[in-house]
Amino acid sequence: MSVKQGREFIVSKGFDSFFIDLNSAVKFNLRFFKELFLPPYEGREIIKQCYEIGWKSLPLISLTGFITGLVFTKQSRPSLAEFGATSWLPSLVAIAIIKALAPLVTALIAAGKVGSNIGAEIGSMRVTEQIDAMEVSAVNPFKFLVVSRVIATTVMIPILMCYTGCVAMLGSYINVHTNEMTSFVAFFEQAFSKISFLDIFSSLTKAVVYGYTIGIVGCYQGYNASQGTEGVGKAANASVVVSMFLIFVEEILIVQITNSIRG
Amino acid sequence: MENERQNKGKEEPVIKIRDLYKSFGSNDVLKAVSLDVYKGENVVVLGRSGTGKSVLIKIIAGLLTQDSGSVCVLGEDVSKLGEKDLLELRLKIGFSFQNSALYDSMTVRENLEFPLVRNKKHLRRKEIDASVEKVLTAVGLAQTINQMPSELSGGQRKRIGIARTLILNPEIMLYDEPTAGLDPITCIEINNLINRVKESFNTSSIIITHDLTCAKATGDRVAMLLEGTFAKEGTFDEVFDSEDDRIKSFYNYNFIK
Repeated sequence: MSVKQGREFIVSKGFDSFFIDLNSAVKFNLRFFKELFLPPYEGREIIKQCYEIGWKSLPLISLTGFITGLVFTKQSRPSLAEFGATSWLPSLVAIAIIKALAPLVTALIAAGKVGSNIGAEIGSMRVTEQIDAMEVSAVNPFKFLVVSRVIATTVMIPILMCYTGCVAMLGSYINVHTNEMTSFVAFFEQAFSKISFLDIFSSLTKAVVYGYTIGIVGCYQGYNASQGTEGVGKAANASVVVSMFLIFVEEILIVQITNSIRG
Repeated sequence: MENERQNKGKEEPVIKIRDLYKSFGSNDVLKAVSLDVYKGENVVVLGRSGTGKSVLIKIIAGLLTQDSGSVCVLGEDVSKLGEKDLLELRLKIGFSFQNSALYDSMTVRENLEFPLVRNKKHLRRKEIDASVEKVLTAVGLAQTINQMPSELSGGQRKRIGIARTLILNPEIMLYDEPTAGLDPITCIEINNLINRVKESFNTSSIIITHDLTCAKATGDRVAMLLEGTFAKEGTFDEVFDSEDDRIKSFYNYNFIK
């Protein structure tokens, strides 16, 4: 047992604080599921947060999705053209967008925009004692702030993912139509010919998991922000970094599980 | 004064603090603090910054827990209450924060309605509006009802913060540095408001401050917190009629003799 600055640590300060943080994060998640089913239900706040998270992310998501579809198609064409397989472009793009790009691009954009916003907002409420003010007013701040936001991100990220997929396919269609004069119906018929129910289900599962991750990480970082404006900045930053890290870990896990189901 | 104290000796205090200890790491903030607050009384806790004054009222409101000792509010031991009972007790406690803690994203009306609509669900729209108007009139800011907190001055924010606590008709008010950062005229207005709240809403209060003008204007009794413990307790004049150099220097610093 080492002793530093009068305080005792089991291994080291960093090692100990990692497990203390992990314990606190697990408790925070468990509290979410406990509070989720208990009244009062903050319906109006959930709708407000869905609007904030979903509707206000649309311009950024639209632009990113459209450019992703367009650029991916443009970059893939030369490689397929070498084998005279440009007719496979719609299928290739659909597989890439639906199975990987739409959930991942949506989640990463949302982690940057929504996650940081949640971390900063709840963090500033913590350091300016607004959360304490809710508690002394006999209002459950966890229910009002955390549960409503996590539900909103978990519901809205899958919807945004579907939207991103549509916009990206539209971007791809414009490129294919301009070069190969493919009709709208022929493009989408070929695009979806290689997509199975499991692909769509797996992407929706990913989006739900990413949505939950973005919401809970942002809320956790904000709720536990330390005193001062520096703490708010750290909470916003950590919301993005931790969310992105977890999203990539979850991506690997879900892909492995889907592939093992597919056999 | 002596008769009054004897009478108070017979009745049960609304806040009873006994041998309270609280430390943060190696920093002992409160050491064997004991205090009684009686019904209808304004008690001022005076002390320098960082002496644990705010920690004391946060323990009373159940926002922090003590290391040892007991805090009984309206006959309930705060640290032993379950979540539901604590929420019920908090309905009887009003807490005015140092920086007002108004909800930035809500208008003044929404700030005031927030605790009401969540705790008194049977109320109709008309009754909610009437309650909002009543407390806004009580703090003299009826015209700010549709403004955002960012549009208010420091003094107005303090008064709206007090109004938000009054809307639940608390029996006990806890004021954390009510005059901090305000100009002398606004300080006098806030002091008058604290006294008006006591009269109109029949509250018992603890006022945390390092402002002697506020202490003199609002306190029926003053408790001087020095180095984590109450060094002296009594009326304002009794406390500062002291030979203790620490109390003398606190007085001299505030009033610059």
